[in-house]
Amino acid sequence: MVNTTTGRKKDDSAAVFTQKASLVSAFVHDVKDRTGAMDKTLELLAQKPPLDPQMASGKKRDPSEKILAAPNLDHDGFQQLSDQCRAFPHIHLIRDRLRNFPGGIDMGVTTADFGIADTGTLVINSNDEQTRLATMLCEVHVAILAVSDIRETALSMTKELEILVRQKGSYTAFVTGASRTADIERVLAIGVHGPLELHIILVEEK
Amino acid sequence: MESHESLKSYKNRLDDALDNRFLRQAMDKFAVAYRASRENAFACMDVADLIQQVADIKAAAIADSKALLDRFVKKAKAHGVHVHLADTAEDANRIIGEIAQKSGSKKIVKSKSMTAEEIHLNRWLENLGLEVTETDLGEWIVQLRKEGPSHMVMPAIHLSRFQVADLFSDVTGTDQDAEIDRLVKVARKELREKFVEADMGITGANYALADTGTIGIATNEGNARLVTTLPKIHVALVGIDKLLPTLADALTVNRILPKNATGQAITSYVTWITGPSECTTTPSGKREMHIVFLDNGRKKIAADPVFSQVLQCVRCGACANVCPVYRMVGGHQMGHIYIGAIGLITTYFFHGMENAKNLVQNCTNCGACKAVCAGGIDLPHLIKEIHTRIQDEAGHPLQSLLLGKVLKSRKLFHSLLRTAHLAQKPLLDKKEKPYLRHLPMIFSSDHNFRRLPAIADVPFRDRFIKLHQPAKNPGFTIALFSGCVQDFVYPEHLEAAMKGFAQHNIHVTFPMGQSCCGLPAVSMGEKSAARDVALQNLDAIDLDKVDYIVTLCASCASHLTHGVPKLLKDYAPEKAAAFADKVIPYSVFMNDIVGIASDVSAGADVGRKTAFHSPCHLCRGLGVHNTPHELIEKSGNQYVPAVEEETCCGFGGSFSTTFPAVSNEILTRKLDDVTESGADLLVTECPGCVLQLRGGAAKQGRKFTVCHLSELLYPPMEH
Ligand code: SF4
Ligand code: SF4
Repeated sequence: MVNTTTGRKKDDSAAVFTQKASLVSAFVHDVKDRTGAMDKTLELLAQKPPLDPQMASGKKRDPSEKILAAPNLDHDGFQQLSDQCRAFPHIHLIRDRLRNFPGGIDMGVTTADFGIADTGTLVINSNDEQTRLATMLCEVHVAILAVSDIRETALSMTKELEILVRQKGSYTAFVTGASRTADIERVLAIGVHGPLELHIILVEEK
Repeated sequence: MESHESLKSYKNRLDDALDNRFLRQAMDKFAVAYRASRENAFACMDVADLIQQVADIKAAAIADSKALLDRFVKKAKAHGVHVHLADTAEDANRIIGEIAQKSGSKKIVKSKSMTAEEIHLNRWLENLGLEVTETDLGEWIVQLRKEGPSHMVMPAIHLSRFQVADLFSDVTGTDQDAEIDRLVKVARKELREKFVEADMGITGANYALADTGTIGIATNEGNARLVTTLPKIHVALVGIDKLLPTLADALTVNRILPKNATGQAITSYVTWITGPSECTTTPSGKREMHIVFLDNGRKKIAADPVFSQVLQCVRCGACANVCPVYRMVGGHQMGHIYIGAIGLITTYFFHGMENAKNLVQNCTNCGACKAVCAGGIDLPHLIKEIHTRIQDEAGHPLQSLLLGKVLKSRKLFHSLLRTAHLAQKPLLDKKEKPYLRHLPMIFSSDHNFRRLPAIADVPFRDRFIKLHQPAKNPGFTIALFSGCVQDFVYPEHLEAAMKGFAQHNIHVTFPMGQSCCGLPAVSMGEKSAARDVALQNLDAIDLDKVDYIVTLCASCASHLTHGVPKLLKDYAPEKAAAFADKVIPYSVFMNDIVGIASDVSAGADVGRKTAFHSPCHLCRGLGVHNTPHELIEKSGNQYVPAVEEETCCGFGGSFSTTFPAVSNEILTRKLDDVTESGADLLVTECPGCVLQLRGGAAKQGRKFTVCHLSELLYPPMEH
């Protein structure tokens, strides 16, 4: 498989990851670097239809406003995103107090710690409540994953997973596709209590 | 459902389920679709090896559960978790109720937990005046309808979108369209407020990891994530059977669980929680976390040498998905709380004999569940063991007791059959000889769904002497094991086979001391009678003098091969093993050992489109799949596959007389498949299946005929 953005050949596990993630209706995008990832995120946000609030929020919001939560980006990453956001006045960028948005947020963008190729799964350290809420309350979840963090199978990376899982207070999430159900007549429906869409941005350079 | 239900009322429920058209169609579609998606999910994987790994991991964990529990508790306490040990369902309910009351909680959100269903937790909490909301879509639906789940993974599979739309219209006070995507969005909206307002969240757990004090929860909807994030308190109710040593063990189990459950490679979410995580609404900044470990009889099961494997269950629900009975009657009729084959077993342990005694009989012993079980559990065998246990405790019903008594004495049994032959005379259909015109009074009218064959004028054992031609320098010497049905009802199957044996210079002995194989006794829960006849059969056949014990009855073959050594493991283990070793089903003997040629029945009626019904005990019991197809081709006929060739025909011995209505539906489904294949002829390799299929085809006026494989290969002379 040739990476359409970077023109280079994708390494095997990235190709498998992409294929498996697509099978569970996740959208995978290839970018070169962090700037590319931020651009892609904002592009997706621009295309996104307005929020369908799940409950009345405390204060009235401007209907054209879009809420973008980016709780777990590192300092530089968040800085870069907020710089890039400045060009779009209707984006409301937040990184904490997500409980103030029980009715939902438009988009949560988080980094992912690992990808698991054989199931197209993201591993996300969600110890921090804001990260959790961003990935649960958003309508669209954008996860940024470095190609070098993709492993073949969960079992092949048990050691790395254990480091995450064994910490006191750990909340480690495997995320595979958008939230889904087949509880009514076994018909697949996407978007129950979690995101309606999952986008994965594969970054070639860390 | 707490009051003790009679068999009659249970059967009425089954009839209602059979009349429920939506349920029937939904279950049918599901059965077929499930098989395909499971196959797809496991493509290129060695499933048997995976299952073995899971079985080994679970078995080791069960054996070590005390130490694992200690380790887990220590770790979890160090993380700041409040750990509680509940011996009984009531203890667990009380503990959880107290957590809610002490913390002043009023509103509770739950994610799906079969363990919570097991202990009727909602009822308990609601009696304390708490508001409990299920947040898994299917669970919420059945909660609103005040029902229990009808499947362990898909709780509302028995309902149509229209029923859900009506329900949601009631709940929201506005009309809702029966469009699934929209109905899902209704749940999303209605439940969001519940998540936000909840004081406490309750979950189950799929895994509890002793090494790290971690619980693992697999979900698709994402509700468990909200349940463990928004409320200030999280209570996890965990059966002690969920304990595993390490994350690697859980990851191994998790490779098969979702694939077996729904054909997914993995669920949308798997969440690993190690102690209280951050919660910004509490003064400490951490959530209050409780883990309630439930015993409720599990320790007793773990200590039982026969039943400990029950705890290898990973709750994937696959044993229901493939069960022919479940497919016909749905989950509420196929389990008390736990559904499917495993439900027939665990109901006895978790919810008592009274709730189990009817259920446990509702099994054709087809083995389909065992073939897919993620935990490698011998489910049909354990179902029969439970049946036996219940009869030992509650007393054996007269009918079963008599059967046991009669079978124990071969002479009495055979003379009864001969008497029955005389008694049936006035009932015989004059025009069509081999069928009984009316059924004897002991059968009620709903047994009339198939025509029953008459008992033969002369049983095979009395014909053998005349047919017997001692072979000179025989290639093989065999003992022919007839089984009772062929001996007394279908001696012609054996006669046809005798022709073939003679043609191939095979020396046939017919040990007169042989009796019933014992399977009917097992299937009626008469284990001691089954053991007695097994010993008689061992005595009847001199193993040193024969190369093989050949039988034309796949059920006998499978029972003699697997059942007898199990029954005799404390009585005559070596002899039983040597005996079992020599048993071979007819098709395998003729095709692979004798190696008959392809012009075997030249001159006879050839070129017919011939479908095969694979007896459960042949394909799953003995692992024989393609040999009969080869023999059909060798007979000069054309093998045409019928879909679901390996699905049960609904006979199941006493099953078909205990639950005739269900048996008839399974049979009809089968006959439809054969009709669709365009076959002129349906061949099988078990007299029980012949009885069921031929009787059903005659009753329903089907256009194909039914015969045994031996009759296809060596047809009787034209009269
Ligand atoms: S043996 Fe067959 S009928 Fe019995 S529970 Fe298993 S699948 Fe169902
Ligand atoms: S008994 Fe086996 S097939 Fe049935 S739910 Fe348990 S693991 Fe799955």
